[in-house]
Amino acid sequence: MAAITERVAIAHAQERNYRGIWAWLATVDHKKIGIMYIYAALFFMAFGGAEALLVRIQLWQPNNHLVSAETFNQLFTMHGVTMIFLVAMPILIGYINAIVPLQIGARDVAFPRMNALSLWLFVLGGIFLYTSWFMGGAPDAGWFNYVPLSGAHYSPGAGVDFYDIGLQITGIGTLMTAINFLVTILNMRAPGMRLLRMPMFTWSALITMLLILFAFPPITVNLILQMMDRLFHATFFNIPLGGNALLWQNLFWIFGHPEVYIVILPAFGIISEIIPTFSRKPLFGYESMALALSVIAFLSFMVWTHHMFADGLGPIVNSIFAITSMLIAVPTGIKIFNWLATLWGGQIRFTTANLYALAFIPLFVIGGISGVMLAMAPADLQYNDSYFVVAHFHYVLFGGTLMGALAGLYYWFPKIWGRLLNEKLGRLNFWLVFIGFNVTFFPMHILGLEGMPRRISTYAPGYGWTTPNQIATVGAFILLAGMLVLLYNLISTFMKQPDLVQDPWDARSLEWSIPSPTPEYNFAQIPLVEDRDAYWVAKREGSGELPKAEPVGPIHMPSPSLSPFFLAVTIVIAGYAALLHADWLALIALLAAFWQIGLQLVHEDHGYHVHPDVPTGGATE
Amino acid sequence: MRRHRRPGFKASLPLVVTLAALLLGGCGLGKQSALSPAGPVAQAQLSMLWQSLAIMTVIFIVVLAVFVYSLIRFRARKTDTELPKQVHGSTALEIVWTIIPIIIIVALSISTVHYAFVLETPQTGKNAVQVQVIGHQFWWEFRYPGTGVVTANQVHIPVGKKVNFTLQSADVVHSFWVPRLGGKTDLIPGRTNTLWLEASKAGVYYGQCAQLCGAGHAYMKFTVLAQSPAAYTAWLHHMQTDTVSVTTPEEKAGLALFKQNCSTCHTIQGTPFHGNIGPNLTALATRPTIAAGTLPNTAQGLATWLKNPPAAKPGAKMPDLGLSQSQIQSLVAFLQTLK
Ligand code: HEC
Ligand SMILES: [Cu+2]
Ligand SMILES: [Cu+2]
Repeated sequence: MAAITERVAIAHAQERNYRGIWAWLATVDHKKIGIMYIYAALFFMAFGGAEALLVRIQLWQPNNHLVSAETFNQLFTMHGVTMIFLVAMPILIGYINAIVPLQIGARDVAFPRMNALSLWLFVLGGIFLYTSWFMGGAPDAGWFNYVPLSGAHYSPGAGVDFYDIGLQITGIGTLMTAINFLVTILNMRAPGMRLLRMPMFTWSALITMLLILFAFPPITVNLILQMMDRLFHATFFNIPLGGNALLWQNLFWIFGHPEVYIVILPAFGIISEIIPTFSRKPLFGYESMALALSVIAFLSFMVWTHHMFADGLGPIVNSIFAITSMLIAVPTGIKIFNWLATLWGGQIRFTTANLYALAFIPLFVIGGISGVMLAMAPADLQYNDSYFVVAHFHYVLFGGTLMGALAGLYYWFPKIWGRLLNEKLGRLNFWLVFIGFNVTFFPMHILGLEGMPRRISTYAPGYGWTTPNQIATVGAFILLAGMLVLLYNLISTFMKQPDLVQDPWDARSLEWSIPSPTPEYNFAQIPLVEDRDAYWVAKREGSGELPKAEPVGPIHMPSPSLSPFFLAVTIVIAGYAALLHADWLALIALLAAFWQIGLQLVHEDHGYHVHPDVPTGGATE
Repeated sequence: MRRHRRPGFKASLPLVVTLAALLLGGCGLGKQSALSPAGPVAQAQLSMLWQSLAIMTVIFIVVLAVFVYSLIRFRARKTDTELPKQVHGSTALEIVWTIIPIIIIVALSISTVHYAFVLETPQTGKNAVQVQVIGHQFWWEFRYPGTGVVTANQVHIPVGKKVNFTLQSADVVHSFWVPRLGGKTDLIPGRTNTLWLEASKAGVYYGQCAQLCGAGHAYMKFTVLAQSPAAYTAWLHHMQTDTVSVTTPEEKAGLALFKQNCSTCHTIQGTPFHGNIGPNLTALATRPTIAAGTLPNTAQGLATWLKNPPAAKPGAKMPDLGLSQSQIQSLVAFLQTLK
């Protein structure tokens, strides 16, 4: 007994010991982890954006030679890899980390240390990928990295090794996030928070994690097979020796299509929080919204060959996958109409968060329209691998995911950082991004129909491509201006005193019922949830005080630990060693990683206790 | 070819026309545009584009109208005192907006499946012309089975006939795309794909590789020369019987240099040169461009190419042979005799 108290005391003391940067490296607090996800995603966004700008400058005029064709291939490959794996997914996972435990009335995630490990694998894996620029060249076979182009024979440099190993490192982290949040959402909801009382953002997180759980294994298999080919001369994708080019494509897109939904469903969730809040109405058709998310997720595993319509798989395969692809428009349409119906009859406030959320609707519909067009297999033979596709997926990924992410940033910023972003700058930021986005990407529809293939490093005059390309490049600079305004807004907001407003938007879900920023234990007392939009109901029907599910008392917290960080570092060392063909070092590093995992398995964390400050009533506005 | 025009299409025709005009405002139709079809395949694909775009545009306008109306009509006002009516849903409405998209999808599926079978069924009948396409990093090889004719980067086809292309790759994945004649199909190593196209009018149609295939991806272009059947047959005959005749000393010197430097990689009909790493150069002078659309087929263009191929075209697999200025001159003179 005494020993236990002692250990608790030690754990407590350890917590005190981590200061400054160490406190961040050792944290297992989902809120701090969420913050770091968001910072890191914004950091990588700067690089992904710079790569995109170079691509746009290169395409400004025919026969431009600003960058070589080889560099151009690296630029768009890294742009795609960055925006998908290092920006879109992490920023959304960041919000999920920061917000979902609060929305379900939990004190942390199910596996706090594993959560920290996920974060560090993503951050260090991303840095690993970026060091490729200084170590012989970045990956250059496109983000879907088709074989045999990406094989050792046609891509002898280390670039594709960085892709294979880097994405495995970040991928393990993402898979662990999925497991973590599935368990958290299914097991750690506050009493009374039934599945059909969960906020829609939490619903979207739940479904997204299911998607990750099933979508990441196929790409991991691909990456491992290719790593075997490239490092150990296996022949999975070596065609003359019996390898199969379509094996990569099938496995990639069995992952790749659900991946699109992995980055769009959380954005749906964000929009579904913001639009009701700023319409002062409940989300229209809550059940059908949750059902639509599930149907989309289910269908998303049955459409992958629509990325391969030009592979000559034959009319039967193409017809089946065309129809399943079009079917996704049904649940998606339900979502759009439900958002419209939520707006209908409301009292709409045009905050920056809401501007982004509202802009999402028409932009995503445009992306959906081109999506249905692309799904018509025989017609897709004209669009496939042309700029029309580039336009389409930027309308869904930028117009959808990024608009949703920026909406979420303005919306949850006061909750996460205790400060409101400047609304004037916010509006400027929004309009520049909105206009810049459309100016950049709308002309790409025309370019595609005018026969411009994607991924060409330059073009000759006389095709009618120059004007749309120039418009697009101008748009990219308007976008840049918009993002710089955002940066300025972030910096100037961090310089000012925190406002500490608990519920600035008169919002609906539980995260707004606790102080901003949130104390480490989240809820002094776990609330008892008796309604959907419980906090909103509590505000309308009482003081805004939720009923409590437990008495005030000491709260048990997990201890901070540096071991997730060191484990991630060890795995990255193994990655570099494998890449540099230092096989012994790789083996030792991997063994060290397994040893550390083993230690974690037998380690018992006794945590420590904190005594909450009991709040003195729910102050709003 | 049957057109699948639905009532929705006619009703929204003016709208589609304005939209199309807007879309193309200032750009005009380019020489590689999928919007100016020159054959039944591209025509069918364009009709599918208009059909889907028309229906989807109607939906977009409905959504946009409701959206904009709501934003104006239901904006928060200073005078708002009470909460708006708290509506949670409406089963009837939700069923309506589930059913309508399903109906639209059924409509679009019919033409999708119909055209999938029409356009993706290989043409093996007696009347179809067979052409074998082999993709190389970064050029196109065209073979005419049963005739022995091999050419590169410009494919001749007869007007008004279905041409069945069998597509193969010698290295990585490429994609064969001639937008004015029809959509693309990939050339995948280890597989044989087919694609049929037909040109309704004589003329030159531009095509380009559409699948990332390496550094030279942007420089992997080709042309389709659609000729009258008689001209086409004459061309085939010419290719089969072509001979090389050099007259001037310059040309003769070029031939000797070619034998020494180039014959391991290139074939020329009517000579003992049978290299098969690079393009077949028979009747090279009749091609509009060289190196898959990279340079014009002029003395100047050929000289630039021979000086240093990888400098003229990123990733080119023809090495810099370190030829002197005068050697290049002789070789160019020789190459220009290959009519
Ligand atoms: C190592 C093999 C090799 C050798 C030797 C070689 N070539 Fe080539 N050649 C190629 C390849 C490969 C291409 C296709 C390059 C491309 O377009 O990407 C090519 C393309 C060409 C073309 C353009 C053909 C077209 O239709 O576009 C010409 C002309 C040409 N070579 C002439 C020559 C001459 C003349 C020599 C000798 C001085 C020579 N080549 C030596 C491999 C070779
Ligand atoms: Cu190619
Ligand atoms: Cu290509």
